[in-house]
Amino acid sequence: MAEIEVRGLRKAFDGTEVLKGVDLTIENGEFISLVGPSGCGKSTLLRVIAGLEPQSSGEIRIDGISADGVRSSARNLAMVFQSYALYPHLSVFDNIAVPLRMKRLSALARLPILGRLMPGRQRTERGIRAEVERVADQLEISPLLKRKPGQLSGGQRQRVAVGRAIVRQPRAFLFDEPLSNLDAKLRVHMRAEIAQLHRQLKTTFIYVTHDQAEAMTMSGRIAVMIGGELIQVGTPSAIYEDPRDIRVAEFIGTPKINAFPGRIRGDGRLEVLGHVLHAATPAPAGECRVCVRPERIDLTGSGVFSGTVVHLENLGSEAFVHVASEGMSAPVVARVNDPSLLPTIGASVGYGFVPDAVRAFDGDGKRIATEIASRVERPRGMAVV
Amino acid sequence: MTTRIHTYLWPATRHILLLAGALVMLTPFIWMLSTASKPQTEIFSSELHLIPHHFALWDNLRTAFAKANLWRYLLNGLIVTISIFGLQVLVALPAAYALAKLRFLGRDVLFALVVFCILIPPQATAIPVFLLLHKLGVLDTYAALVLPFTISVFGIFLMRQFFKTVPDDLIDAARMDGISEFGIVWRVMLPTAIPAVTAFGIFSVVAHWNDYFWPLIVLNSEHLQTPPLAVAQFRNNEAGTNYGPLMAAAIVIIAPLVVAFLFAQRRFIEGITLTGIK
Ligand SMILES: Nc1ncnc2c1ncn2[C@@H]1O[C@H](COP(=O)(O)OP(=O)(O)OP(=O)(O)O)[C@@H](O)[C@H]1O
Ligand SMILES: [Mg+2]
Repeated sequence: MAEIEVRGLRKAFDGTEVLKGVDLTIENGEFISLVGPSGCGKSTLLRVIAGLEPQSSGEIRIDGISADGVRSSARNLAMVFQSYALYPHLSVFDNIAVPLRMKRLSALARLPILGRLMPGRQRTERGIRAEVERVADQLEISPLLKRKPGQLSGGQRQRVAVGRAIVRQPRAFLFDEPLSNLDAKLRVHMRAEIAQLHRQLKTTFIYVTHDQAEAMTMSGRIAVMIGGELIQVGTPSAIYEDPRDIRVAEFIGTPKINAFPGRIRGDGRLEVLGHVLHAATPAPAGECRVCVRPERIDLTGSGVFSGTVVHLENLGSEAFVHVASEGMSAPVVARVNDPSLLPTIGASVGYGFVPDAVRAFDGDGKRIATEIASRVERPRGMAVV
Repeated sequence: MTTRIHTYLWPATRHILLLAGALVMLTPFIWMLSTASKPQTEIFSSELHLIPHHFALWDNLRTAFAKANLWRYLLNGLIVTISIFGLQVLVALPAAYALAKLRFLGRDVLFALVVFCILIPPQATAIPVFLLLHKLGVLDTYAALVLPFTISVFGIFLMRQFFKTVPDDLIDAARMDGISEFGIVWRVMLPTAIPAVTAFGIFSVVAHWNDYFWPLIVLNSEHLQTPPLAVAQFRNNEAGTNYGPLMAAAIVIIAPLVVAFLFAQRRFIEGITLTGIK
């Protein structure tokens, strides 16, 4: 159980700044996911928190106490690596027992043969055995305790790695993309298991992933990191519904959010592809981006935009229609909930969206507030543009 | 039809060529076995024959063991090669770990120096090392045989290359588990590197068991002599022109290496692979 505070953290490798001033407070017992594109510095942040890498400046505080200069093992955090990092020459039992042996046995008692003669070693060893067996039971890997990591499947190795982390009862767990080496099905299964584990242990979890589905489904809060900076931290629904930055909007959600080139008119109304929307903003006039999620694009209504269907993705339960429109560099993606109503490729369709669905961003990519423009200008009140 | 002949012809030629090569390499060895099994009279008979008419290997062995203290020489060889290899591992593994996995100023320069040192033949440094040992007063001791070889740049190079392939995550996991840096070398790197250590061990043991040059330079006392030196001595003083016992002694001296190699060959193959990590 620990509260972890990251203050003004910077980290540079050979002059290139990888972390550019990260501030983050992770509450006690929280499950927070760190997401971002590859190479944005997620692992680096995790490694600095773990004490495996010294920071260039800034501070890490664990439970209010500065962790600077504290060895990684003394921080009492556990880390689960993407590659599992099990000791290949040790059995599953010994792999899980290593952190306990390192903590409870003296250097002398750990010696291969001589150690057996040390007083008290037998008793400590019995305690360790009991705890390893309890953890193995919890993770359902008891039948595997005698095997070597090389004789396990990916999912089993994953469990052993988690077992090695739980057994030491750390103050917080750090996961670095623990599921990315598993196949899609197992990944979904392990996702539920890790979430369950968090509910059980009620310990702080920091979970790094570049898979936003993992982040959305498991965590209490998500921290989106791009280019070495934390752009936004919030609950999954806040991140999804209320992105503060266009990069967050584009990173979270599959398929990607649709970004229309837009303009803020002198009277504050938004204009997209020559159509004035029923949305207004207090922001000054100029260029902007108007973003709409695929599920908010309406193909059935009397939308004012039109285009040609260029691609269909039918997933069975839902389908995505890609519509190329004039003035747009990428096709607009719309979700259709009933795949039996799909248009054909090449058909021309009309589409639109309600003003409520609009997320607008200024030239720098920062979010600008929008509100539904007064209805007076449109007597019939149809919100569809 | 011609293609049929062709398909048989090439493998046949290939095998004949390889067999011929093997024969060239093995002839001295076979001749040693043959000579060691012949009585004195047959060795000097004018006709050449491989199979002795009269099998005298046991007699020759008995004479060899009676005339010289072969056990002592074998023991010397064992003490020297094991000490050298043990110390080499003790030095090379931590050094290789630092060069492969730790980040510090001047690491690349140090590694370049290691590679450079591989190019220096041992004969080039023989005289300074001899003088150094003389100053230390350890000439004509086991220490003189062992000390100059404790730092094996080849060993450092070989282990460093192997350690490069060990994933960083494994080392980080060990650090999180509370294993010290030296602990990582001995409890994590060494077990994963058993195949490389075995390979290095074979090179090291064979080289120093068979080394003739260095023991000849630093030793005087007969009781410290290593096997190759002893065999040479055998010829000069003890056996004189009696080649039967000389060859029998040579067999005795080669035998431990052959046995050790057959044993290590299995270790090579079954050695722990890194499959558990990825
Ligand atoms: N030891 C190192 N030396 C030099 N540069 C490094 C080192 N470790 C990481 N970097 C650089 O820091 C940047 C961030 O790396 P990091 O591993 O934190 O990315 P990441 O967000 O975890 O990406 P991924 O999702 O691919 O794992 C990368 O550009 C990488 O090249
Ligand atoms: Mg990473």
